Amino acid sequence: MVKKLTCISCPIGCELSVSLDESGKILKIEGNRCPRGKEYAITEITNPQRILPISVKVEDGEMELVSAKTDKPVPKKKMYEIIEYIKKLKVKAPVKRGDLIVEDILGTGANLVATRTVNKKS
Amino acid sequence: MRRENVDVLIIGGGAAGLAAAIEAKKFGVKTLLLERDRSTGGVLNQCIHNGFGLHVFKAELTGPEFMEKLWEELGNLDEVIRNNYTVLKIDPEKKEVITLSEEGIVVFKPKALIMATGARERPLNSLRIPGSRVAGVFTAGVAQKMVNIYNRLPGNRVLIVGSGDIGLIMARRLKIEGMDVVGVVEIMPEPGGLIRNVVQCLDDFNIPLWLSHTVFKIHGKERLEGVTIGKVDENFKPIPGTERFLEVDTLVASVGLIPQNELIEDFVEMDAINRGPVVDDLMRTSVEWIFAAGNNVAIHDLVDFVYEEGKIAGKNAAKYVLGEKLPEAKYRFERGDNVGVLLPQKFTGSQPFKMYVRSRKSLEKSAISFSGRTIRKFNWKIRPSEMIDLVVKNFEGFPDEVLVEVNQIG
Repeated sequence: MVKKLTCISCPIGCELSVSLDESGKILKIEGNRCPRGKEYAITEITNPQRILPISVKVEDGEMELVSAKTDKPVPKKKMYEIIEYIKKLKVKAPVKRGDLIVEDILGTGANLVATRTVNKKS
Repeated sequence: MRRENVDVLIIGGGAAGLAAAIEAKKFGVKTLLLERDRSTGGVLNQCIHNGFGLHVFKAELTGPEFMEKLWEELGNLDEVIRNNYTVLKIDPEKKEVITLSEEGIVVFKPKALIMATGARERPLNSLRIPGSRVAGVFTAGVAQKMVNIYNRLPGNRVLIVGSGDIGLIMARRLKIEGMDVVGVVEIMPEPGGLIRNVVQCLDDFNIPLWLSHTVFKIHGKERLEGVTIGKVDENFKPIPGTERFLEVDTLVASVGLIPQNELIEDFVEMDAINRGPVVDDLMRTSVEWIFAAGNNVAIHDLVDFVYEEGKIAGKNAAKYVLGEKLPEAKYRFERGDNVGVLLPQKFTGSQPFKMYVRSRKSLEKSAISFSGRTIRKFNWKIRPSEMIDLVVKNFEGFPDEVLVEVNQIG
């Protein structure tokens, strides 16, 4: 069986053909222009994962929200659970880019980190 | 009214303008950047999704991260940036830039000017859809600013019109924030944005994409109550019998970006297809002291490319100010088969440069040629929505007018 995928590792979006045997074992990966395409195809077939970009509420900040992301891809099947968890969070200003907001979010091994600086309301 | 002399003046504080400022400053010339918003960063501020910086920083960054890295690269921001300055007019004869800000009218007299004014969104009203002009209709960028900066949702149930990247990103974003995203309609037979965004924004969240579909009618008197969508034929005419009603209170339109060139289009040579100024590989326009970079030159796919262009403009504007004789742009590209957006349109041949081309059609296997000579082959599918970038370094034997063609092969 051949499965068609679009690699999302970068904006080029290589169209991948992944040949699988009956048991779902990967036999061949074609169409990738770099090694990341191969890696993507393997995780996409076995356990699809995504970086989650999101925002978190801020208290006393010059903005109401701080943008954040998971520092590693998290399993797609846990996505909604993680989103609901993050929605309940609130952080206190000031927040700096790279600040850790949640460590090992819901046991995924990924941390939620701030992606911008939000200063305290003056 | 106050007057101020400056060496390099940059209009616009998005990625192109910031990059231009970083580079110009390195040459020790007095550099100023005018930004009409409260702070710089442009659209990067609100693009909280990842996918930026793969070329420039070799890392997958979000918009705000990319922006803050540029701030850090620039160093002391207050020295270079003037926020809340709107440019009213450029006087090409007097070489003056007239601005309005909290201190009133200020007239800048730069030795070199860099246009980094970016693009604006095409509004849904430009599609001339029948119905009232109801509340609840937003462009994707406005919806994005509401959600990501101001923490406000535009409504409860939304249809996205147009599958450009911002539309796809917003479909996911609004879904994550709890809106009911009924789907995305795209009038073209193919998605307008990157396929990666179709995968990670729509497929991942089970949001339907209706290709060759558009909005036939807007329902409601004050607030949007629903839309009639349907299929279109190859000439984009509605096909009767394909109509369906969708109950939505919000429309988010991602129907294209328009380069902003009102300030220069009356006196700078413009390219009707790019909708931006004609530039050379040094990012010079047809007016000697005016340079340009970024989405005002042509709509780019990647901020990385915009940043690189800004740096080229900044460097050459500084050199111009310092009195260095810049080489003449003796070559010119002419558009041949299947070539849409193309830049630069002219080049000096003095150094390797990056060129960007959009194919007018999707092609399975193709080659790009310069006056009949194959420059590069593509063994993968190229699409109008994905800009081709290539480095041109061998200029030997080029005619003055180089015909660029993109053709199907094999």
